[in-house]
Amino acid sequence: MAPLLSVHDLRVRLGDAQVVNGLSYEIDAGETVAIVGESGSGKTMSALAMLGLIPRPPAVVSGEVHFDGAELVSATPAHLRAVRGAGMAIVFQDPMTSLNPVLTIGRQLTEGMEVHLGLSGRAARERAVELLEMVGIPDPRHRLDEYPHRLSGGMRQRVMIAIGLAAHPRVLIADEATTALDVTIQAQIIELLGRLQQELDMALIWITHDLGVVAGIADRVLVMYAGRVVEHGTVDAVFDAPQHPYTRGLLRSIPVLGQHADALPSIPGTPPDPENLPPGCPFWPRCEVRADDRCRGEVPPLREVAAGHLVATFEKERV
Amino acid sequence: MSATVAPTSTPLPARQGGETLRLLVRNRIAVVALAVLVAFIVVAVFGKALAPYGYNSVDVADRLQGPSVHHWFGTDELGRDVFSRVLLGAAVSLKVGAVAVGISLVVGVPCGLIAGFYGGVLDDVIMRVMDVLFAFPAILMAIAVLAILGPGSTNAMVAIGIVYIPIFARVTRAAVLPVREEVYVRAARASGASDLRLMRRHLLPNVLGPIIVQTSISFAFAILSEAALSFIGLGTQPPHPSWGLMLSDGTDFINQAWWMVVFPGAAIFVVVLAFNILGDALRDTLDPRQRSLIRNARGA
Repeated sequence: MAPLLSVHDLRVRLGDAQVVNGLSYEIDAGETVAIVGESGSGKTMSALAMLGLIPRPPAVVSGEVHFDGAELVSATPAHLRAVRGAGMAIVFQDPMTSLNPVLTIGRQLTEGMEVHLGLSGRAARERAVELLEMVGIPDPRHRLDEYPHRLSGGMRQRVMIAIGLAAHPRVLIADEATTALDVTIQAQIIELLGRLQQELDMALIWITHDLGVVAGIADRVLVMYAGRVVEHGTVDAVFDAPQHPYTRGLLRSIPVLGQHADALPSIPGTPPDPENLPPGCPFWPRCEVRADDRCRGEVPPLREVAAGHLVATFEKERV
Repeated sequence: MSATVAPTSTPLPARQGGETLRLLVRNRIAVVALAVLVAFIVVAVFGKALAPYGYNSVDVADRLQGPSVHHWFGTDELGRDVFSRVLLGAAVSLKVGAVAVGISLVVGVPCGLIAGFYGGVLDDVIMRVMDVLFAFPAILMAIAVLAILGPGSTNAMVAIGIVYIPIFARVTRAAVLPVREEVYVRAARASGASDLRLMRRHLLPNVLGPIIVQTSISFAFAILSEAALSFIGLGTQPPHPSWGLMLSDGTDFINQAWWMVVFPGAAIFVVVLAFNILGDALRDTLDPRQRSLIRNARGA
């Protein structure tokens, strides 16, 4: 059976900048895939491109995105609108700016239902109350008529999730959904999304730069660097036996509780300019291994080092 | 009071009607202006019942009488009661203001929304057309439109409405540009909203503030323009009462009958001033930065 969502060789170019460079992955209902990488590695862009949310032109998008039996890169605007919200929904990063300040919570919640489910009036309100209850907002009936500025950041993020769920999406994309929140609220939101995913049998794509979050919730991890996937595998495989020097660097730079360190190890240098990518491996300038002469001139292809564990490096397998 | 001052970085919901009204009421001059406008509307609607005489009840025996108990504002060259005609003229002014501003709003706001939302070529085309319209002096433009349509109060409303379209288009477009980039607009698009829905439900409510202010100020302009057009004979036609027309008639008798120009002139002055003051006050209260200032300055 074909997977629910399959992305094949997705590329996004903005002017001279190649922001996503051949991204491929698949995800099925009930699965959680984490996409990890630094800012500018193309995580968010790849998600927006799937739903046609990057204006074209100026952006150039190629590759294939198969969702629910249809291809989305070449889809019509009407088809994309039908997929947005009902097929795939996005929960954005910043709960303080993602809600319209002049519309009540209720109106923003019922919007997706009006568009996709044809619900309005009382029926929509009832479902809105259910959704707010589902995401753990106390006194939901009363909250419907309030404006977003009355809610705290954590509450707003819950509302954002409720809005995302309004039209029964089959894939939920959480784009740094916990980054703007403090740690205790983060944990609540992560727990909430995990529970909702089980209940609703959704596929969850978790975009983050926080590896700590990934370890707790994801089934599989994609590590992106400069628009490319450099490592892809199950959470256990990637965390226990990271194969790419970049992944190893990332994992080393997580602080460990109880272990005193004067300075946290970091990866020297900065990500390459997407308008001016090096000819070979994009990580070469920062790499501590530089295994091979090919690194400078050739982009290492993704190869399978263990069942389901892919890595893009010329370095020999390490255990 | 300082505890309630909102940080200026977060946009304050423009939709808090209660809050806006509360702050507006603290501005005493604005309250007076509001009272004047309420009186103006009452007179415009119920003028027929309030006026002691008809607008065209000629009484040649009583012509050019000064203000008295029978004729509070005196009589004109045909013996018509100036007080009654000023009261009945309010309806003309209100109607002109409403229809003209209505036309400007209905055409200008969607033009500005579309231009601001889509940008690019569509924006260029719409706004250049607006620039061309805007390049002509307002009265000259209205006269040109009336030359095509022919004189008369209905045509004057249309002409004034056309003249003020570009202002609404510009105000709306300028307000849309920053809102268009907001994350919540992208979020709404990501949940499947169509362009029309985005404009209507997400952009429009966010740009209402400046549009409301512009509406109030344009009302004043429209009333003034109608008076000017009637004064030069292109607007309301005699014997119908229009403040501009009454002024025009009165100039011939300014040496014998000052009341023929002073009272309609004062009516124009008071109503236009009231609309302008209200527009200013609304601008202050709807602007989030000003809002906290007002709260501080006038806070008890």
